[in-house]
Amino acid sequence: MNTLTNRAQIRLLPDGRRLHMQDGPIDVIVEAFGEVHEIDLAYRAAAARFVEILDELCSELAFLRRPAREDGDLPSGAIARRMLAAVRPYASQIFVTPMAAVAGAVADEILAAMISAAKPSRAYVNDGGDIAFHLQPSEMFVVGMVERPDRTSLFGTTTVHSADPIRGIATSGWRGRSFSLGIADAVTVLADTAAMADAAATVVANAVDLPGHPMIVRTRACDLAPDSDLGECMVTQSVGELAPNEIDDALKAGIRVAASLLHSGLIRAAALNLQGETRLVAPAGCAQLADVREPDRSLIHA
Amino acid sequence: MADDAIRCDACPVLCYIKPGRTGSCDRYANAGGQLVRLDPHVVLDRAVSRGDTVVPFLEKSREWDGALVSGGETFVTAIGAGTTYPDYKPAPFIISSQVAGVDMVTVVTEGIFSYCGVKLKIDTDRHLGAECSTVRAQGEAVGHVTTNEYGSQMLSLGGVRHLTGGSRREGTVTCDTLLNLCNGKAAELQIDDGASVLVQAGTAPIVDGVKEERMRVGCGSATIGMFAKQWFGKVDEVVVVDDHITGVLSEHQAGKLLGVPESGIALKGRRSTPGRYFRVAEPGTSWGGTDIDDPLSILGPFDPEVARPGLRLLMVSTTGEHHAYFELDEALRPVEKQLPPALRESVERIRENCEPALCTVLFMGGAGGSLRAGVTENPVKLTHSVRDALTRVTCGGAPVYVWPGGGITIMADVSRMPENAFGYVPTPALVAPIEFTLKLSDYATLGGYMDHVRPLSSIHRDEESHRRLAARPENPWPLASEKRGK
Repeated sequence: MNTLTNRAQIRLLPDGRRLHMQDGPIDVIVEAFGEVHEIDLAYRAAAARFVEILDELCSELAFLRRPAREDGDLPSGAIARRMLAAVRPYASQIFVTPMAAVAGAVADEILAAMISAAKPSRAYVNDGGDIAFHLQPSEMFVVGMVERPDRTSLFGTTTVHSADPIRGIATSGWRGRSFSLGIADAVTVLADTAAMADAAATVVANAVDLPGHPMIVRTRACDLAPDSDLGECMVTQSVGELAPNEIDDALKAGIRVAASLLHSGLIRAAALNLQGETRLVAPAGCAQLADVREPDRSLIHA
Repeated sequence: MADDAIRCDACPVLCYIKPGRTGSCDRYANAGGQLVRLDPHVVLDRAVSRGDTVVPFLEKSREWDGALVSGGETFVTAIGAGTTYPDYKPAPFIISSQVAGVDMVTVVTEGIFSYCGVKLKIDTDRHLGAECSTVRAQGEAVGHVTTNEYGSQMLSLGGVRHLTGGSRREGTVTCDTLLNLCNGKAAELQIDDGASVLVQAGTAPIVDGVKEERMRVGCGSATIGMFAKQWFGKVDEVVVVDDHITGVLSEHQAGKLLGVPESGIALKGRRSTPGRYFRVAEPGTSWGGTDIDDPLSILGPFDPEVARPGLRLLMVSTTGEHHAYFELDEALRPVEKQLPPALRESVERIRENCEPALCTVLFMGGAGGSLRAGVTENPVKLTHSVRDALTRVTCGGAPVYVWPGGGITIMADVSRMPENAFGYVPTPALVAPIEFTLKLSDYATLGGYMDHVRPLSSIHRDEESHRRLAARPENPWPLASEKRGK
């Protein structure tokens, strides 16, 4: 049954290599590497799964917009279950809904569909910056990182090898497409799945904060988007220029949360960015973020 | 809840969208109660008049496939085209379309400009700061005060020294300030030992918290010349207070010609030519761009040999914003009186003749070798082609001024470009759209990437990723056949 092909847009990008799929708010770029036949199979599997996703999620949207509970009912859809599983570890401590992991869970699901149907050497599913990826042994990915989600410019790169447990990357911040309770420009998280990374990035970005600071403008989420899952939570609308010690304090609050997530294995590494300051949270000797570096400032482009 | 939100039914998420906001997809928005679609790549469409700057969701989108593929009516801008830096690769979009039987090529790219900045014209008489003073944003040096033009203060912001030559923060703040100004947003600037000014393209400047309403009609001397006849017979002496050139009616050539008798007035400051005085006070943000609040403070005692009790004196600023009327008492001291109706009219006339004060923002940048290499394998030929007026350069469809001399150094009025046309990279540098339009045959001659030329119709088919805008009527159509300068 395929009732949805009129709405979903699926096409190869002009480079002839990447598959772009869009349906409602879901906007995904997929790329697989390896033998042409495997890439073809992987793309067909990705597209077949993709056209089902939005209706599947919307059928349980009310449930997915409610705060997650550790012991509550399970949703029926596979992606909804991925979402709930990703946010449950936080449910007893903070307000969080499964929607905090929707982008990552969609990416994980499409990637799973591709890998079960084909054997690409590498593949990634980039769902609006939340990325799930697959690596065959001895393969690796180089991933660019952004300073602010609303401006797609790189501040550094990180390399993930097949031997690392990391298969998901996500970025969250108040300037991004989703609302944030915190003031981080961007928190990028590396985790075992994209859904885990997505949930954790949301949680850590919320924690980078200076409660009550007069330069931070917040608005009730429901006043901006009446049906937001964040309801009356105050979401960040603008952040004035902060003093260096304030930036440090806000980042420290985020680092505390990120460090505890690292300790419990919920994340593998995180990069926190606020007004040009970046802090890394990673285990000692962790290679992933060691090569996060600024681009060469001496470059003159034009 | 006030139900000004609308329900978007473009997909099963069924977002409730508040006015001025987008749905969760960022593709559909509530624009004044109407559901509209916002897509990332801007296609200027000559067929639709301005004011209808986004394509309505249902009706118009159906027309995209057929009618508008005729060519010449649609021009692809570089906004959102992406860039291929370092530009050894062909530019992201090389579009061909038929215009009056000639195959035209528009090479569309977004240039990364480290060598770029903004020339800011602020219509004000008020003293913003001394020439060469540093202009700061968020405490960082982002530019400097340059010349005072007629009724306006010019600032020069950005440039490679601020972008990449200073501290990282200086570069970031400079880039941010340029980006905001170029995208039509406001920027707060502080001038060392001067004023704080809030500027935004196309709006009135706000100097030290006070909105500038008017641009002066002329300097103090010119104002005397313009209004002398209207004052003649209604008042015995007029002083037009101006920080640059204060004018005095009875001494001015215009007053002499009318036969205005001497009044015995004595101005402070340095007399330049008859009836024209420099530096009657210090520069400031009050009367006529001086620092005075009491106009009498620029006058010395009246000459008892010449002046007489009852002499009528009008003092007015170059915009008519400040004015006061005096009559001399028995001791020849000016006593403020209510402005007589006949003079009120002339003060109103000064105001009426002042244009609204605005800030204008010109983007200025140089298209370097690597950017030009994205257009042709032989970059210098592009420069020559632009020189020879065979290639037209536009910024987001807006006309540009190309500086004479070497290279392709351009200036463009950001208010003639589509909204949010600019981006940035953390070098830091601005990303600005730039399009080169020329005949297909000329493009081949100058070593263009002929195998990358795509027909315009191929862009239409990718309609999901393009934003279609109405062309701005004040801009010449980029594909129109007349040559630049006509």
